[in-house]
Amino acid sequence: MLDTILDIVAGTFMIIGSLLSLAAGIGMLRFPDLLSRLHAATKPQVLGLFLLLAALGIELRSWAVVPILVMAWGLQLLTAPVSAHMVGRAGYRTRHLKRETLIVDELAAVVAAAEAREEREHGKKQHRTDFID
Amino acid sequence: MTIVLWICGITLSIASCLTLVRLAKGPSILERVIAMDVLLLIISGALCIEMTMNKHTDNLIFVLLACLVGFVGSVTVSRFVTDRRNA
Amino acid sequence: MSAQQRLKDAKDESGKPYRATLRQELPLLGWMVVVWGALWQDFTIGNLVFGLLIALVLVKVFRLPPIILSGRFNIWRAVVFGSAFMRDVVLASVEVVYLAIFRGPKTKSAIIAVSLRSESDLLVTFVGHVLTLVPGSYVVEVDRRSSTLYLHVLNVKDQTEVEKARASVMMIEERLIRMMGTTEEMAILKEEKLASSKEHGKQS
Repeated sequence: MLDTILDIVAGTFMIIGSLLSLAAGIGMLRFPDLLSRLHAATKPQVLGLFLLLAALGIELRSWAVVPILVMAWGLQLLTAPVSAHMVGRAGYRTRHLKRETLIVDELAAVVAAAEAREEREHGKKQHRTDFID
Repeated sequence: MTIVLWICGITLSIASCLTLVRLAKGPSILERVIAMDVLLLIISGALCIEMTMNKHTDNLIFVLLACLVGFVGSVTVSRFVTDRRNA
Repeated sequence: MSAQQRLKDAKDESGKPYRATLRQELPLLGWMVVVWGALWQDFTIGNLVFGLLIALVLVKVFRLPPIILSGRFNIWRAVVFGSAFMRDVVLASVEVVYLAIFRGPKTKSAIIAVSLRSESDLLVTFVGHVLTLVPGSYVVEVDRRSSTLYLHVLNVKDQTEVEKARASVMMIEERLIRMMGTTEEMAILKEEKLASSKEHGKQS
């Protein structure tokens, strides 16, 4: 009896986990620019991997694997935001963004101020264009 | 459980196909990097499902490794990506 | 390490970088031993001692700047934070899935600046991490000197939603401060609560 219930729970977790991966794939295709695609890449995956690892833990029915499962998820929690931040920052700095998808951009003023300061100090004017893909 | 396996297999296949489309289309290297990241996560998801089905933990180390490889890869690429059009 | 030293370190003016003492590395050592045990799936004493030896060598060879802990940790608040975090992760995932499937190319977003209360590196990093894992937002840029985070927020349609996103970031920071912030940060929180309740009193 308990076995069947646990099997059903694990099965549901696995299906939801793979559906979240599918959603990440759809998001990668459908979102308009790099910065919003990054959301699709990082967010559903955290929960997706959690559900899949939980299903694994349930099916194995042993407490010995729990530390390494927690570690696998913890590692994901630690690394996913860092890589998202690095890619997002590089994307913003190299202007891989569509301005029309942004309602507000409070970083633009800061960047403009820094550029103006650099221009005053080094006296060279650079024209930069945005990437439009 | 076989039905569950079929559903998961098909969903993950579609997901990886969609990600491959993004990988091919680009348009910039950063998009390709995040597409690779998602692909690695789909692969580690598939490894998890395989382990659940056959009830072993042999591939768990590959799940950890896929996570680390994706991390190092995307951080390295975004560290060295340059604004070629404006340089 | 004072705030002054932290600034100096950030600007690399002092020349001599600050390095952690062994006592400050203790949490890191503990974590490394746990990782070692988990990797071998073997928590016997011999294995853990060997792991500790390797951890000591690693800590000695690859020296790092110290992480300053506040010395305060509230377990109940940690449970509150953990459950709120899991709830947020689930809601965020559902939201992003919905947006990806039904909104797609029409999704609007915003880049907003949020100035945090705390000036400790650890807390700012923690807030950034939690933010990136939770509802449609991630950190694009960090200003360490004023501990300001620049976030990319998904699905923002107007100014009121920008303010809502900012308030939710402050909420996450509040939960974290209650969990592991210093007493000074707690005092800032208390003052804020007092001020806002006074304001409410005036309005009503």
